[in-house]
Amino acid sequence: MPHKIQSIEFNILSPQQIKEMAVAEITEPDLYDKSGYPAEGGVMDPRMGVIDPGMKCRTCGSSIGSCPGHFGYIDLSRPVIHVRYVKTVYKLLRATCQDCHKPLAEDEELEDMEDPLYNLYLKKRKKCPHCDAEQDKVKRQRPHNFTLGGKDINPREIREWFEDISDETVEKFELEGGRPEWLILTLLPVPPVTMRPSITLESSQRSEDDLTHKLVDLIRINQRLADNIEIGAPDFIIDDLWELLQYHVSTFFDNNLSSVPQARHRSGRALKTLAQRLKGKEGRFRGNLAGKRVDFSSRTVISPDPNISINEVGVPEQIAKEITIPEKVREDNIKELKSLVKNGPDRHPGANYLTRPDGGKKKITPDNCEKIAEELETGFTVERHIQDGDITLFNRQPSLHRMSLMAHRARIMPGKTFRLNLCVCDPYNADFDGDEMNLHVPQTPEARAEAEELMLVQENIRSPRFGGPIMGCTQDHVSGLYLLTKEDVEFDRKEAQELITQSGKEDVSISSETVTGREVFSAFLPDITIAFESESGKEKVIIEDGEMKQGRIDEAAVGSFSGKLTEKIQRKYGSERAKDFLNSVSRLSLEYLNRRGLTMSVSDLDITDESHEEIQGMVIEAEEDAKGLIDDFKEGDIEQIPGQTVEESLESHINRRLGQVQNSANDVVGGDLPEDSSAVVMAKSGARGGMVQLSQIAGVVGQQTLEGERIHRGYKQRTLSLFERDELSPEAHGFVRSSFKSGLSPEEFYFLVMNGREGLMDTSLRTRKSGYMERRLVNALQDLKVEADGTVRDNRKVIVQFKPGEDGVDPAKSKQGEVPIEME
Amino acid sequence: MDYEEKVDEMCEELPEKVRSRLVDRMEDEDLSEAEAEELIENTKEAYDKCKFEPGEAIGVVSAQSISEPATQMTMRTYHVAGSAQGVEITQGLPRLIEIVDARKTIKTPSMDVYLKDDYQTEEGAREVANEIRETKMLDVVTEDRIDLLNLVVEFDLDTDSLDNIGLSEEEVISNLNKGRRKYEAESEDGMVKIVPKEDDISVRDLQKMKNKVMDKHLKGIKGISQAVVTETDGEWSIQTLGTNLKKVLKVEGVDPTRTVSGDPREMQKVFGIEACRNTILKEGHETIMEQGLDVDVRHMMLVADTMTVDGEIKAIGRYGVAGEKGSVLARASFEVTVRHLTEASIKGEVDELNSTVENVIINQTVPVGTGMYEVSYNPQTE
Repeated sequence: MPHKIQSIEFNILSPQQIKEMAVAEITEPDLYDKSGYPAEGGVMDPRMGVIDPGMKCRTCGSSIGSCPGHFGYIDLSRPVIHVRYVKTVYKLLRATCQDCHKPLAEDEELEDMEDPLYNLYLKKRKKCPHCDAEQDKVKRQRPHNFTLGGKDINPREIREWFEDISDETVEKFELEGGRPEWLILTLLPVPPVTMRPSITLESSQRSEDDLTHKLVDLIRINQRLADNIEIGAPDFIIDDLWELLQYHVSTFFDNNLSSVPQARHRSGRALKTLAQRLKGKEGRFRGNLAGKRVDFSSRTVISPDPNISINEVGVPEQIAKEITIPEKVREDNIKELKSLVKNGPDRHPGANYLTRPDGGKKKITPDNCEKIAEELETGFTVERHIQDGDITLFNRQPSLHRMSLMAHRARIMPGKTFRLNLCVCDPYNADFDGDEMNLHVPQTPEARAEAEELMLVQENIRSPRFGGPIMGCTQDHVSGLYLLTKEDVEFDRKEAQELITQSGKEDVSISSETVTGREVFSAFLPDITIAFESESGKEKVIIEDGEMKQGRIDEAAVGSFSGKLTEKIQRKYGSERAKDFLNSVSRLSLEYLNRRGLTMSVSDLDITDESHEEIQGMVIEAEEDAKGLIDDFKEGDIEQIPGQTVEESLESHINRRLGQVQNSANDVVGGDLPEDSSAVVMAKSGARGGMVQLSQIAGVVGQQTLEGERIHRGYKQRTLSLFERDELSPEAHGFVRSSFKSGLSPEEFYFLVMNGREGLMDTSLRTRKSGYMERRLVNALQDLKVEADGTVRDNRKVIVQFKPGEDGVDPAKSKQGEVPIEME
Repeated sequence: MDYEEKVDEMCEELPEKVRSRLVDRMEDEDLSEAEAEELIENTKEAYDKCKFEPGEAIGVVSAQSISEPATQMTMRTYHVAGSAQGVEITQGLPRLIEIVDARKTIKTPSMDVYLKDDYQTEEGAREVANEIRETKMLDVVTEDRIDLLNLVVEFDLDTDSLDNIGLSEEEVISNLNKGRRKYEAESEDGMVKIVPKEDDISVRDLQKMKNKVMDKHLKGIKGISQAVVTETDGEWSIQTLGTNLKKVLKVEGVDPTRTVSGDPREMQKVFGIEACRNTILKEGHETIMEQGLDVDVRHMMLVADTMTVDGEIKAIGRYGVAGEKGSVLARASFEVTVRHLTEASIKGEVDELNSTVENVIINQTVPVGTGMYEVSYNPQTE
């Protein structure tokens, strides 16, 4: 791939370079002259670039936007140390002789030394091996002063010292970015005005950038220092001003130095100077360079639409009219494009701009669209509205994995929300409680081709994380199929034909008079043979040659993350068929449910009085047992668990006993509720909820925990003031014996909420921690790629793995990480 | 028919695991030769389809595959491993972060100690566990007293736990009397008496002495606070809290070929970098799988390999892999931006712009995947 920029070199600017790249010397502290024009020689000198519209740059002649800006410079009256290099200056002072300025080591010794500058800095020698001069102690006084043998040495003396260090020494010290004396500034580059533009407020008052403010202060002090030197002011005044100049130059580079007071704006806000601009999440690097804002994007609320394909996204017309795709006018499309241009920007399949081959760009308006349509010729480029079938990229934050950004084909729709198929909710982790998503439109044919081939939803059905389908039927889809494939479901010919046709399969005609639900489902299966355990676990699902023989379709067959059927179809017949399968099967399920109906009410979870009593009996029994354990504990004959204290053992025993209640309550509730109750259907098929939830509603809520233990927090020696001090009983430590349906007592409710609150805190803490871990992991591994020779290498070209994953198998193409071994 | 031979002969290029699975499958279904050959051919084809394509951004995929499910992990630090019995070990997200960080000191270091055949009984395992677990004086004392009249400290010994641990009273005394000390320990009717050498000792010093004696090491290996005997699939092993792999390996009855520590750095010190890599892989993958999350091993493998390619462990982060990158811009865009830039300028570094972020920064195509190659079209060939 040919690149415009081959490499970037980092160096230190020499005074000469600073002067050469500058277009003006800046000496005046005033920004504007009396007429309000930028003052010559001032910090806003017009030679440094333009920021006002309509003006031309005095240096390059370009106008705003195209003039990159030009540097100026300030001649510092006295040299100052560059703060960011203070450490290096210190190292150099300690590593070289104060008299002859040679390194404080024999030549041969230096030869073998690793990182000599650092090593010599660590051990300051007493005597110079070259000139035998005694070495005084060099001490650093934060932030940027140095003493030699207790006496201050100023930057000018340091600069003279460094000038004397030979080039060979510099090379040995690995300071190849420039001469050491350049670390002490004599000239200060003034950044161009384009990078510190001033804004004009409504009151036509100018508000300057922080850097400009800083520069003005700096010039003032510089000027004062120069004046004082000229009139021969006493040394202490000059030294004070020099120190002040150093302070201003230092804070100009970095306004967040330890032991240096921050430079502040008049309002008291700390100034954002150079280092602050680069640093951190919103800084130049992470905020503007590694992550950029883009055009041709949109964002709105999402809502579901089961009738569009998983490959599609419903785009509101309003957005479709705003976002365009450039299309070159050719012989074969001139007709269509003409009609688009004729429609203008306000009618949907229209166009917004027209570019002539000579680069002239014209905005299409409702008034001129007819005229422009007439003038349209081949070679022009029309920026047309997006239309049905255009490739778009769809994204939901947080973008945790690559399935968070997938390509969808646009489908223009009325309304104001993005519509998406429910099967793609899982990879995006989206729901419709107000979630918003972003849509981007790739602008070049290359980008569109790539998006279509690699990023299209159907190409991402198999997750690279575990080699299984990450998309699949959810919630009602699953319940519907579970009900449909029940043993005794039968339709007459008409009903069956209707179901199948309405689910998008139009080439099947039913001939037999009665059709079972399984036969209807089989109509959507390709020719596959598979057998697997279902989620409900009663009967194995068996499919032979595309005919469903037994079992019921549920989460394990078509769900996301597990879908065995989806997986098999994708592997055998490819993504296209898998997509069709998901589309039609999910629609079939909903069509069936629309006819059958699926609702849930509280009475679905009514259990018989006997069961209720049975559960309450178990609860009482367990509480009794727990009390027995507590009594045992008090008498000191509790069974101690190895590795635990007596108290911990008691807790473990109680927890285990109370946990048993929960399990047996599950069984009682599960045995009592009718199989065809909607709630049970949802739980058994894996559509939503489980037996635990059902038994919490109908049976008993059970033990609430905090930090993995029974609840112990609260008042002194007790959780709530209605309990005795030091009471150990289940009810005093968060055991909820009621069911949700019967209602909770106030203290039970309180414990439940404590548990819920812990969950919330846990989630918010976790997202932060794992987010940072992801950033670090991605940063560390992002350069690794599979090379043409099949090895995995990093950016140093060092081989990390000879075969990726030891066997060269891509989990994204495997069957749960394995190579499939199959007869067909 | 010898399936194994058939497989060896027909498919050299297949990975070992696939080959053994092939053989198993053939044996299970008792295939004829023709069927076996067909199966082999199918599998070879399937293997070719499963291979990685050049240019795949394998690093980012692995990183995301690990951290995406990490959002669903529990934050709870402790969990009692193995029902009510066992050792409390850091789990979930904190443990994963700890591994990836290559921490010098991990929160709950632990070892899996396997036993030689001769010790494959509960008693044998307990015996070894007692040798490993550090026993301090305070573990065998039921009561301690300071006799103010005679200025001595008295301890009542817990005979039951002494028996359990396999210590006799004499051993306790002799252990207490080891090394430099300011007292003499002696036994007096089931009691241990600590007599200070100094006659006129103050009560405060006596108190200090008592605490010191309580902390005295009696048996086992220092640093191992717990050793729990467990049985899995009929095999007895010991799980410990606290590690000292080097010493444990020398304990009689311990199988040194299988015993491992959960601390990658310790594994590196004792067994070398490959063992360390395998520890990162195993621990990392187990941590994720224990949470009921499904992540392919290969992803953690790549992380482990990246952390150990250079022959020493490097953390994932500022002080490790990310901080040692060749590219200035890549380092600067991660953390401590300004320092990386100034240091690069002093050294006169050159950024060759040969990987991802650098090229994003300067708006050029990234040399990964489709960006590695360019298609050219020559209309004249038609």
